[in-house]
Amino acid sequence: MTELSTLLAGLPGVDQVGAEQRAASLATRSIKTSAKAWAIDLSIRMVDLTTLEGADTPGKVRTLCAKAIRPEPSDPTCPSTAAICVYPSMVPVAAAALKGSGVHLASVATAFPSGQAPLQVKLDDTRAAVEAGADEIDMVISRGAFLAGDYQHVFDEIVAIKEACGKAHLKVILETGELGTYDNVRKASWLAMRAGADFIKTSTGKVAPAATLPVTMIMLEAVRDFRELTGRQVGVKPAGGIKTTKDAMKYLVVVNEVAGPDWLDPDWFRFGASSLLNDLLMQRQKLATGHYSGPDYVTVD
Amino acid sequence: MSETGRIAVRKTYKLYVGGKFPRSESGRSYLVTGADGTVLANASRSSRKDVRDAVVAARAAQKGWATATAYLRGQILYRAAEMMEGRRAQFAEELRAAEGGSRKQAEARVDATIDRWVWYAGWADKVPQVLGNGNPVAGPYFNLSSPEPTGVVGVIAPQHAPLLGLVSAIAPAIVTGNTVVVIASEKMPLPAVTLGEVLATSDFPGGVVNILTGHTGEMAPHLASHADVNGLDLTGVDDPELARTLEAAAADNLKRVLRPAAEDFLAEPTLKRLRTWTETKTVWHPAGV
Repeated sequence: MTELSTLLAGLPGVDQVGAEQRAASLATRSIKTSAKAWAIDLSIRMVDLTTLEGADTPGKVRTLCAKAIRPEPSDPTCPSTAAICVYPSMVPVAAAALKGSGVHLASVATAFPSGQAPLQVKLDDTRAAVEAGADEIDMVISRGAFLAGDYQHVFDEIVAIKEACGKAHLKVILETGELGTYDNVRKASWLAMRAGADFIKTSTGKVAPAATLPVTMIMLEAVRDFRELTGRQVGVKPAGGIKTTKDAMKYLVVVNEVAGPDWLDPDWFRFGASSLLNDLLMQRQKLATGHYSGPDYVTVD
Repeated sequence: MSETGRIAVRKTYKLYVGGKFPRSESGRSYLVTGADGTVLANASRSSRKDVRDAVVAARAAQKGWATATAYLRGQILYRAAEMMEGRRAQFAEELRAAEGGSRKQAEARVDATIDRWVWYAGWADKVPQVLGNGNPVAGPYFNLSSPEPTGVVGVIAPQHAPLLGLVSAIAPAIVTGNTVVVIASEKMPLPAVTLGEVLATSDFPGGVVNILTGHTGEMAPHLASHADVNGLDLTGVDDPELARTLEAAAADNLKRVLRPAAEDFLAEPTLKRLRTWTETKTVWHPAGV
């Protein structure tokens, strides 16, 4: 047996009922007033504002970049989002729009969302995105190979992509909705971290279920244990299906309780989302004005 | 256990929000007593968060309801009248318990309520003809004004006419394509809850009518200040001080506000309520050859 398969075989199984109960109990915490204001601003700073549609146009990407830089134009105290996340073909447009803003530019690559392409194509896809200005790459793993038990193939692919990324950060999308079990989520998390991932990300957003609280909790346990073992800290990014401020608060509670406050930072935890940002802004307005806001008071993306 | 040996099956009076019947998120309830002081039920005592959820449901339903054809909206209102007719006895019983008086009086008010639905149902496809217009202009253009729904309307339902007054406030708002969040009569909320059950079986899409029960003074300020509410009906606000506060809060996002003088709901309505919950859109179109 290789070292990798020994490692993966040695991972303990996940107690499914226990994990779901723990996540559900953490989700009942109530965050109010000044803590809520802090958590909303932190959540905004953690958003990877995402548009991954076939219908994306340069105009739409530019609009979204402007929104990422200044989510609330009437309020200079509102922070920027962490990053913009687009398809590789839109990277040049986004790079020009984000120049000098400090907002990161993430590009999906490696035949997103299915990952069903030859390695060479995936490498070229990655290099092109980095050359065009992306400083973060969101790659998908080959779920087919993973589910077939060919862990070495998945591992080697991540290593090769990581090399192609150069200085760009690598986020590895596990697509947990296709992995089937929590045990597989734990295995894939460790595999990706061993292969050099800077971030592990739940989902593409194209498969249901996307991010869930228990899955994110298991990934947070993995990054916590990985740092204890190796000293290297890896980030976590849940993506897809996180739409409300309340959802975001639940995730932050889980981050704090499971991985610890070190991860409560945009460098180590991100939300892959599009509609979440508007809800965060509406909640922010609610705290500022005292009355409920509505979709008329945020931009239509 | 009752005398007949059956276990009593008592009704739980819940809210009607987004086509469902939830309890208040706060878990609270309050005691509802009849005209003679007997205990009738525990009704849900909604909180500001129930108001918020109801507005979200009303907003989600508004576009679809407004773009349904006027004919369809009229048919659905008429269907509500049909469903009410089937529950005539239940409504009469609830009204009599709440308001007192004779069975005959209660039945007369239920009949008037059903007639009110039918009256407004008929207006669905006639409002644009009566309130709309082809305006004369000095140029080769058609200039057409047509009424469009205001959007989401918050209704504080009449306190002393728990069924007829309620329907007289809801029907004119929804028939033109608005969706409503209703705060039912505080002391007599039970007929409103039963009306929710009628609407749920009348082909109304969920969220077109949302009915909350509880303390008016607690919920109304949050409805009045909510930026995603476009209109506010203050018919059921009896305290002039509260009414002024609500009007001021509503002014913040330029809500259309209706604060009528005392109304006789038994009299035939005017077009006032229909007209209040519409906005006029005027378009220019080149006149062809």
